[in-house]
Amino acid sequence: MTEGMKQIFKNTTYLTDMQRSYCPGCTHGVIHRVLCEVLEEMNLMEKSVIVIPVGCSTLAVDYFEFDTVQAPHGRAPAVATGVKRAAPENFVMTYQGDGDLASIGTAEIVHAANRGENITTIFVNNGIYGMTGGQMAPTTLMGWKTETSPYGREASRDGNPIRVSEMLSQLNGPAYIARTSTDSPKNIIGTKKAIRKAFQAQLKGLGFSMVEILSNCPTNWGMSAVDSIKRIQDETMKYYPLGEYKVVEGI
Amino acid sequence: MSEKILMKGAEAIGEAAIKAGCRLFFGYPITPQNEAPAYMSKRMPEVNGTFLQAESEVSAINMLYGAAGAGHRVMTSSSSPGISLMMEGLSYIAGAQLPVVVVNVMRGGPGLGGIGPAQADYFQSTKGGGHGDFRIITLAPADLQEQVDIMYDAFDLADKYRNPVMVLTDGLLGQIMEAVEFKTELDPSSFKPPAWAVTGRKNRPKNLINSFDLDLDGLERHNHEIQAKYKTIQEKEVKFESFHAEDSEIVVVAYGTMGRICKTAIRKMREKENASVGLLRPITLWPFPEKKMLELAQKPSVKAFCTFELSAGQMVEDVRLYSKELKPVHFHGRTGGNVPSPEEVIEKIKSVQKEAR
Repeated sequence: MTEGMKQIFKNTTYLTDMQRSYCPGCTHGVIHRVLCEVLEEMNLMEKSVIVIPVGCSTLAVDYFEFDTVQAPHGRAPAVATGVKRAAPENFVMTYQGDGDLASIGTAEIVHAANRGENITTIFVNNGIYGMTGGQMAPTTLMGWKTETSPYGREASRDGNPIRVSEMLSQLNGPAYIARTSTDSPKNIIGTKKAIRKAFQAQLKGLGFSMVEILSNCPTNWGMSAVDSIKRIQDETMKYYPLGEYKVVEGI
Repeated sequence: MSEKILMKGAEAIGEAAIKAGCRLFFGYPITPQNEAPAYMSKRMPEVNGTFLQAESEVSAINMLYGAAGAGHRVMTSSSSPGISLMMEGLSYIAGAQLPVVVVNVMRGGPGLGGIGPAQADYFQSTKGGGHGDFRIITLAPADLQEQVDIMYDAFDLADKYRNPVMVLTDGLLGQIMEAVEFKTELDPSSFKPPAWAVTGRKNRPKNLINSFDLDLDGLERHNHEIQAKYKTIQEKEVKFESFHAEDSEIVVVAYGTMGRICKTAIRKMREKENASVGLLRPITLWPFPEKKMLELAQKPSVKAFCTFELSAGQMVEDVRLYSKELKPVHFHGRTGGNVPSPEEVIEKIKSVQKEAR
């Protein structure tokens, strides 16, 4: 570095150099980055194992520099349970979308949380199935048109959007549950803070921790990246309020 | 050497696994194998191991996937409907090439079926069972001592080939009591995690446990690698018992509980009537003893085969395939949890003898 200059930003070394295959404007990239920044700040490379789901972020098998397991659809919390129980010294995370976690994987997430399994779940909620081409998810908001709700989501036919953070915070097992968003620099910083707290919960052995992160899907929402961010603010955040839903003592 | 102790089948399975160095058991209740998890829930804490009752068989097999990925010996035990639920996970485990041991205490089906002993999961276990091209090494014991010995083999084979191993037993072998001996006791603290395991990245490149590849050629290469491994297993790991199979006119083919009953029947027939009847009892169902099968079929002295199963006829398809039907292949099967007596077996063999003359 030139003398007199000061480095104020550098890329995290916990992400690989591989080009991401996510759509333009998708916030998976931002979430990957803040997740890796926190891991790096906490120096967790040598302990980390991340369990990758089925969905858009299956592609993340190639994106993290630390040990990775790719799990069957929805089963990441069970796979993570196996990794953690076999070697409790591992720092174990799952990274899951809303189709994976809130639909096919409801049994696994509820019971991992209920057992107080000492793992951390990063739950990326954009209210739609991305990888398969924009189908309705359990988290899709009322009235949203998707590939499989072409007339808009309707409660009598499709049920209501599931608020996972609220639901899991009713259990005794979780140590930390928060919902954050990627719609603004302020909320991205808030996401980073929440991830750090969730990680502290696991490092202190306090039990299950989860950060639900509201995200977008410009491609399958059929709008520009800018409009998709506005939609998070105008619609998603209204139904899914941000905040900490459970914080046990010691975090 | 240890002494012989009287144990129930399902409990002996558990103790054998512990003696083979397994310290992780994940399972879900289902009859007729509940004694195995109950035993493990009591024993694992005594040996600093982990017993966890999962929320479903689906979760249990994925806990195995994670624990095996972390480089540890791990097992589950279940029965037919539960094994069906595990097939998704077993496909991933085979794809990611992980060593796990699954015990299937088979019961009568299809559907919920019943809780009596059956052998109706032969297809499921030996032909893949889940989606994609994969194989499960399938071992079938015929008595409790063999069941105990096979548990050690199961963990060794799983580790050696990084492949799931199924111990295919049934409600009878799970429930009866017999004297068993545990030959060795392995200390898992002497095991080193394999180089490929996710143990945290320390002074090595990142490890990835994975069955996913969007690159068509990459996935084909992966399949070729797995298939080459299966070929080695077929060449090296075949195991069977031959009881006068080489010097008899009628060769009975049966495995597990049915193999044991057939042996009793054949022994009676040989003692009483000097009957020319022998038994080929596959111990590895996959890899099937295909060379032995053909060798017997080509013998001029062999007149016919007769396969006995606690199913409507599953292994008999392999008997026909590998004998190339050079000799007639007969079949007798019972279903629903019914088990034929040695007398019923003798009656069938006699009808085959008559036809062969």
